[in-house]
Amino acid sequence: MQLVCPAGNLPALQAAIDAGADAVYAGFRDQTNARAFPGLNFDDAELRSGIGYAHARGRKVYLALNTYPDSARLAQWHTAVDKAAEFGCDAIIAAEMAVLDYAARTYPAMARHLSVQGSATTAPALRYMHERFGIARAVLPRVLSIQQVERLCEGSPVPLEVFAFGSLCIMVEGRCQLSSYVTGASPNRHGVCSPAKFVRWEEHDDGCRSVRLNNVLIDRFEPAEPAGYPTVCKGRFDVGGEIFHALEEPTSLNTLELLPRLAQAGVAALKIEGRQRGVAYVSSVTRTWRDALDRYRAAPQNWQPQPGWQPSLSKHAEGHQTTLGPYHRSWH
Amino acid sequence: MDTMKLSLGPLQYFWPRERTLAFYREAAQWPVDIIYLGETVCSKRRELGTRDWIALAAELAASGKQMVLSSLALIEAESELGVLQRLVDDGHCWIEANDLSAVQLCRERGVPFVAGPSLNIYNHHALALLMEDGLRRWVPGVEQGEVLLRELRAAVLADGRTMPELELIAFGRLPLAYSARCFTARALDVAKDQCGFRCIDYPDGLPLATREGKPFLRINGIQIQGEEITDLGPELPVLRELGIGVLRLYPQAEGMAEVVAHFDLARRSPTPPPHIGARNGYWHGEPGMRPAGGA
Repeated sequence: MQLVCPAGNLPALQAAIDAGADAVYAGFRDQTNARAFPGLNFDDAELRSGIGYAHARGRKVYLALNTYPDSARLAQWHTAVDKAAEFGCDAIIAAEMAVLDYAARTYPAMARHLSVQGSATTAPALRYMHERFGIARAVLPRVLSIQQVERLCEGSPVPLEVFAFGSLCIMVEGRCQLSSYVTGASPNRHGVCSPAKFVRWEEHDDGCRSVRLNNVLIDRFEPAEPAGYPTVCKGRFDVGGEIFHALEEPTSLNTLELLPRLAQAGVAALKIEGRQRGVAYVSSVTRTWRDALDRYRAAPQNWQPQPGWQPSLSKHAEGHQTTLGPYHRSWH
Repeated sequence: MDTMKLSLGPLQYFWPRERTLAFYREAAQWPVDIIYLGETVCSKRRELGTRDWIALAAELAASGKQMVLSSLALIEAESELGVLQRLVDDGHCWIEANDLSAVQLCRERGVPFVAGPSLNIYNHHALALLMEDGLRRWVPGVEQGEVLLRELRAAVLADGRTMPELELIAFGRLPLAYSARCFTARALDVAKDQCGFRCIDYPDGLPLATREGKPFLRINGIQIQGEEITDLGPELPVLRELGIGVLRLYPQAEGMAEVVAHFDLARRSPTPPPHIGARNGYWHGEPGMRPAGGA
């Protein structure tokens, strides 16, 4: 299995490669990708430089072009595809049909991976993307159980990539409008979820803190309580008079213990989430997974998680908690 | 100019069998032109099974309405694919395709389909590709407002193509998100696999408010909706000018006959009707919900 790691900027790209990533994924500094955050991503020179760094070490660079352009902005996505081809990206990761179609017709030799944002959860859906746009790989949404992933590996026309670690979107990717309902800014159209400019923290006299997203109260924290980033899906709300994380707790996905099953199912690649995270995260998480994959390759029968792995991963998890998420039936 | 059509969107909630059947038998007498039938949210909801929905579609078709069978927005299990295959194989109705699996099965069988709001179409080129696959009508996703549709239509016409029939969500709570997790089961502290079909107790969804008590969202099984019942009635003159062919009204538990009558009157009138629901911010290029707090 290939290890695909996040690169939010050039230092992170180099750190991921140095720590043993087989491939990294990156995006341009605009709304053509789903992590269009201030201060993140690559300009042309940085991307060229990153590709050079990776290729010199025999690794790959995938370009995330995984947002949904409206008609008036489609040309900007075409230009991004052009640059990906010109700079020598090994693949683009795209979700939207017009982008995939343009890439397939214009640069048939450049591989097209279906992004998680493409929301393909079944064999027919994957068949559609394969027959229509010749995708070479698909990244599965984080909604399927391990049994469903195993079955899909059998029926898919293309190799599959699954999320292994990182922040957990609990909604089907590419089809969540919670951010845009509150702020007008959406992952699909603008490459952002709950953008920081809409976030307002309030300190109260009793030491409590409240956090609002475009004036909507997402959560309130006791003085010593850890407070996470306020996305709608990880806030606390009132349902029937009870206050709780009605949608999901702040927690990260961690599938380390499932590694053998994913490998046996024929999963082609494991993806680490986190282009918005820094060099320390990328280095440490990549190194742990590299070690886990290498040990599995060397002795699949004897593989078991090493004592240091889970604590090291938990340190980098949201709220320092991890979950098997939808892979495990009880999460549902 | 042709009068706009009215449609009843698929029932998003879970109602008891008799209530559902009674609702649709009444709807057969309402001045709606199109009725969407079927389960779009959760495959465990089986007060009406696939066979029942197909039979109901055949029965209601006799009333002269166009019947469309709607597919699940999120398909995970083989059994759910089997249901989809049966809807497509029935062959008597168009399908509302709410995910790519449905698009592909319709394409393979040559069955015409309506692209539902949870299918991602954001530009003229994607629309043209799907029209090659059998798309006959398009219900844009919730975040697409007037400006985006205007630009998209201009691009379609500039390509020398024609627009498919356009259907807008004119009334109802907006579907915002889907998950593998059932939020109703979570709120009631029961496992999804032993949920007891408790969402049947919430015929308009389970209200979720902020910690300061402001109504915010509706929990509806694996789906999250906005709390507000949006209403594009006051925008009818603009919708007409934009060439919107169908106004979609989503079933709510109470008062649907009056809602249909309201829109039936409005579609025949040159002046826009008063609003009966909340302003849809998305239509104006703003956040979908009404500004909160001091804004």
